[in-house]
Amino acid sequence: MTQSVVVQVGQCGNQAGCRFWDLALREHAHVNKRGLYDEALNSFFRNVDSRKSDGAEFAVGGRIQHLKARAVLVDMEEGVVNQILQGPLREVFDSTQLLTDVSGSGNNWAVGNMTYGSAYREKIVDKLRKAAEQCDCLQCFFLIHSMGGGTGSGLGTRVLSLLEEEFPEVCRVVTSIYPSGEDDVITSPYNSVLAMNKLTEHADCVLLVENQSLVDIVNKIKVMSHGTKPGLNIKRNSAVTSGQGGLSGAEKPFDAMNNIVANLLLNITSSARFEGSLNMDLNEIAMNLVPFPRLHYLVPSLTPLYTLADINVPTRRLRPSLPFVSWNQEGWKTSLCSVPPVGHSHSLLALANNTCVKPTFMELRERFTKLYRKKAHLHHYLHVEGMEQSFFSEAIASLNSLIEEYHHLDATKARLTPDAPRLSIAR
Amino acid sequence: MSVVTVQLGQCGNQVGQELFDIICSDAQEGQRKTYSAASCERFFHQTAQGDLVARALLVDMEPKVINRSMSMAAKSGRWSYGASSHFSQKQGSGNNWANGYCVHGPCHRDAVEELVRREVERCDRLAGLIAMMSVAGGTGSGVGTYVTQCLRDIYPSSFILNHLTWPYGTGEVIVQNYNSVLTLAHLYQLSDAILVHENDTVHRICSRLLNIKHISFSDVNRVIAHQLGSILQPALTADSHGAYSRNPLGEKGQTLLTPAVVDRRLHTHGELVSALACHPEYKLLSLCTIPQMASSSIAYSTFSWPGLLKHLRQMLISNTKMEEGIDWQVRPPADSGRSRSLTGGSFNTSLANLLILRGKDVYSAETGGIDDPALYTSWLPSKEAFSLWKSPVPFNKYEKSATLVSNSQALLRPLDDMVGKVWNMFASRAYVHQYIKFGISEEDFLDSFTSLEQVISSYSQLC
Repeated sequence: MTQSVVVQVGQCGNQAGCRFWDLALREHAHVNKRGLYDEALNSFFRNVDSRKSDGAEFAVGGRIQHLKARAVLVDMEEGVVNQILQGPLREVFDSTQLLTDVSGSGNNWAVGNMTYGSAYREKIVDKLRKAAEQCDCLQCFFLIHSMGGGTGSGLGTRVLSLLEEEFPEVCRVVTSIYPSGEDDVITSPYNSVLAMNKLTEHADCVLLVENQSLVDIVNKIKVMSHGTKPGLNIKRNSAVTSGQGGLSGAEKPFDAMNNIVANLLLNITSSARFEGSLNMDLNEIAMNLVPFPRLHYLVPSLTPLYTLADINVPTRRLRPSLPFVSWNQEGWKTSLCSVPPVGHSHSLLALANNTCVKPTFMELRERFTKLYRKKAHLHHYLHVEGMEQSFFSEAIASLNSLIEEYHHLDATKARLTPDAPRLSIAR
Repeated sequence: MSVVTVQLGQCGNQVGQELFDIICSDAQEGQRKTYSAASCERFFHQTAQGDLVARALLVDMEPKVINRSMSMAAKSGRWSYGASSHFSQKQGSGNNWANGYCVHGPCHRDAVEELVRREVERCDRLAGLIAMMSVAGGTGSGVGTYVTQCLRDIYPSSFILNHLTWPYGTGEVIVQNYNSVLTLAHLYQLSDAILVHENDTVHRICSRLLNIKHISFSDVNRVIAHQLGSILQPALTADSHGAYSRNPLGEKGQTLLTPAVVDRRLHTHGELVSALACHPEYKLLSLCTIPQMASSSIAYSTFSWPGLLKHLRQMLISNTKMEEGIDWQVRPPADSGRSRSLTGGSFNTSLANLLILRGKDVYSAETGGIDDPALYTSWLPSKEAFSLWKSPVPFNKYEKSATLVSNSQALLRPLDDMVGKVWNMFASRAYVHQYIKFGISEEDFLDSFTSLEQVISSYSQLC
């Protein structure tokens, strides 16, 4: 069994990350009735003896003593991490897994990436190495961060390039939260585009999550739960957005949205943690869904979002009525896991490498260009040591070429591509 | 004579476990002691306490499936796997043939060879080796190919049969065509015969004949195991004089036939590998079994040998694997009208066939016209091309059952489709970077495509 390490950077990264740990504990508690530290738990948690100061670990098979998350928490201001340490999840992290500073990144990618990135380079590498050494067989790093701010975006992408440098063999799956159009951070387009350049270079695959979509989903669930559609009986609190049964009590703003992200991560890793008739390891995601190294942006979809009390699940195989590129007409990778998520009898996660990301990138480019044309707020960035204007031009060039590549693939949709020539064997 | 089975990857291990399960219960139910004894000797060895332990190795790059297979076997109470007859690692092959073949294979070569050697040494006489795997993933396909190469190196004169499961056409793994093509091209050089099951076909059997509503991989695997069991269990050939000691895979020292050699042969034996895969360009075998029905219906059905064989013959000719929906219009062409093209005519020309009959009144059963020369290619005399085995012991609850192992054009269309798709994907070089980073080159891809185009050409020229 392999292990994964979660690296959460910035406010969003840490808040979403904590929802993930909360739900992971809930899921394992639901499945693991005997209190034994099994392989499934081992993939995300260590089992330590808290009496000993060196935190000696117990091997798989014994009783659960004290679970510690395989995580590194990074934030350049203390508020969020402190809240975690005072909350019910405090036992799950120990101080050696945390890296904080006081003043924050001021929503400035350059501060996060360059200033803090250089200042904390050694410490970060140290903590990552420690987490990696505690793993028998490390398969994957999950990085969770937002694109719009300063720490998650700037320091997060610096951590990503460090991961590639120090652990080139280990898969890097990045969950990136993209800002919505009404984001209250004015410079979020700058931060996002600068971060994207790094994602394109250093990530193995990126799970693209748009804040706007999360808002829409949460609203839809609210409408369904309170709706008066006859015959539709929704089980309360079994929505994907519900943290019911987890450790944290009352729900705060963004909790519902972060829950969706947490569920996404749980689902992706379920086949690696639990058994099933067609297993899928995390390295298989990158293998099957990334046909060209730069085009590794995946759009996740999750169903069901809520559980109907009376359920009738049709088990048709997915009909490929979607337009696929000509050279990958049946581009489906399937995985079956026998353990459903808590509160549901079935669930389906779809990850798509789809040109529908193109509009998202184009909008981002537009918002970037609006600011950049006027050189608005640029001085905040250029004042940071190590930052140059060329970073901006490189980043937008990278985004442009990415959009171009997706556009090229889109263009093949309507055209009938002739089959590739075959070899004819002379007899 | 004993057979050692190497189960590779998730599919290989899951199918293998079902196979041993069926063989064991068939052996223990068999009313004839000689049959049971022969079957047990072939597939199991007995511990001091009299428990049956499978002559098998379980190999996978991650442990979950092996653990499950071993515990399911032990739960049956009738047989088990050897406690140390397995090899696994922590991390899988990521659906990447190159990762399996270039990295995992060589890395674990010694450990796996050691396990094979130990198992082979437990056999009094080795009939041959069977490697079971799928072609779509990374371990079964990549590591499986590498292990087959090792087996060939260590046991150059033993028979090696590869059992392959081909994936659903609509995709279980996106890069399955790359993995399949690389596997087939390499195995063609290493293996003596390649026996294929297609998931799509078996799925149809489950839904149309067995009436299973929600078809799972266990259902599919059980059908495959049933079909495999029906050919691997002991049977009598015309000259075996009532003894089951024949090597089911082939006769040692028999030369592989070429058209020139055929004339010099003095006698024919019906052996699975040596008669069926008699020419190095033609190694693909497929299976057809009749009857196949839901186990609840078996007790209420009666069969006659002529009826079964008539259907089986038409299933062969029209290339269908089910006794439902057979196209009775397909006929062997008149001599002058033999067509050479891939698409012309739906008649399935055979190179060689092995018919195995099991059950009641089997000695009165005739060949059902399956030995008719019109069914076969012209350059192999039908005496060489057709073999018949019989066993009076009913197999797996069927009072009468017949299985046909064919070396014919049956797999031509699926193989051609697979190669067509792979050229398309390769033309855009999609996913190629994933393979190159583990050590194979674009040349290797092209070589594999070429070998398979050759195979396709050979089979489509059969007439």
